[in-house]
Amino acid sequence: MRILSSDAIEEAVCRLAKRAGLRLTDACGRALEEAERAEESGSAAAFALRTVRENARVAAAERMPVCQDTGYAVVLAEIGQDVHIEGKPFAEAVNDGVRRAYAEGNFRKSVCDPLTRVNTGDNTPAAVHTELTAGDRVRLTFLPKGFGSENMSRLFMLTPAEGVDGIVKAVVETVRLAGSKPCPPVYVGVGIGGTFDGCAFLAKKALTRPVGSRHPRADVAAIEEEALRKINALGIGAQGFGGRVTALGVSCEVAPTHIAGLPVAVNIQCHCCRCESAEL
Amino acid sequence: MKKIDLPLRDDVIDSLRAGESVLLSGTLLTGRDCAHKRICEMLDRGEKLPFPLEGQTIYYAGPCPAPAGKACGSCGPTTSARMDSFAPRLLELGLKGMVGKGERSAAVCEAIARCHAVYFAAIGGAGALYGNAIRKSELVAFPDLLSEAVYRFEVENFPCVVAVDCHGGNIYAAPKRQG
Repeated sequence: MRILSSDAIEEAVCRLAKRAGLRLTDACGRALEEAERAEESGSAAAFALRTVRENARVAAAERMPVCQDTGYAVVLAEIGQDVHIEGKPFAEAVNDGVRRAYAEGNFRKSVCDPLTRVNTGDNTPAAVHTELTAGDRVRLTFLPKGFGSENMSRLFMLTPAEGVDGIVKAVVETVRLAGSKPCPPVYVGVGIGGTFDGCAFLAKKALTRPVGSRHPRADVAAIEEEALRKINALGIGAQGFGGRVTALGVSCEVAPTHIAGLPVAVNIQCHCCRCESAEL
Repeated sequence: MKKIDLPLRDDVIDSLRAGESVLLSGTLLTGRDCAHKRICEMLDRGEKLPFPLEGQTIYYAGPCPAPAGKACGSCGPTTSARMDSFAPRLLELGLKGMVGKGERSAAVCEAIARCHAVYFAAIGGAGALYGNAIRKSELVAFPDLLSEAVYRFEVENFPCVVAVDCHGGNIYAAPKRQG
């Protein structure tokens, strides 16, 4: 059994959150560069893409958050079952890390009561997803999730008969309905299978993959490619100004489901993909 | 790129066409979900607003806290559609400009034409760049709303695209599907 202090968890969450707020993932940066090249020079879409790429440089140089929506703090934790965490309860350590990062990093506090709308003041609680795994390591992934795009996400309970065509249709339709609102070009996370709740988590987990990566299963990768092609044929373009690149990527995660169902969750991420991981 | 001074003059509003890129400089008032709700509740009760709306331009935004030595933290636009149910009423009270991101409802577009106003799209996700272009920031109303409070910004060269003009032009209504 390995002993890990809760301070190490808090420290890691704080570090990942601070880093995530200030930079796009490398894969996202490359995808935006390709997107700008794909658009007609002088078009409004090219102007938007040039501006967001310039923004990434300003954020790095001035150490300012790339986007003012520093997000709802989503933490995915894979915890080896041979680890014993000593000190604070795990969720408390995560929330303390988030609280510190958002205060010290001058990040916006964007979490509030759903009814009174009173802000919690420190961007907690984080959405913490834990998974017990083999071994004695802890892997933490921090995904600050903006809500302009989260708001455009949808969940479908398709019938088994709708199959792959139904899945692709659901994904493309979600992006079409979102239009200019989620800050396209978007990154689309898709959950396929599982249960109602599990499917939504798969979609979120898909967004932790690098933009442009392909699922190892060929049939799943084919869905990613078909959906991406059809989304980019919509012509929504960067910021909805019209153009060739409406999505930077589509990533699907799958899980076995019930014989009676085919859940499909579509989680939209804006072009500002921020995600950091560490292993303890 | 065309440079536009704020507050907007009528002849300037007249000259703007959907699709053109502009640089905005001057005064912006911020306001997003909670501030809009509160403004409209005050109007319902017949109360005087803590700031005049006439001739002003509202920026749909909620900034990050200012780091040392800066007037404001990162501050890009938020999704304008959530303010659609409030916007026509504010336009009728003399609001002349809105800065946000994403498409507007038919009712807002109609009110923009009728009230001779304009809607600019700032580039969503460019928060650092916009925050850096804010020279002065002053809290105007609703401090309890934190980042959602109303601030008065002095901005310099805010890159935007004219999204909905007063002549019925709308960048989001252009044909989308590509071959």
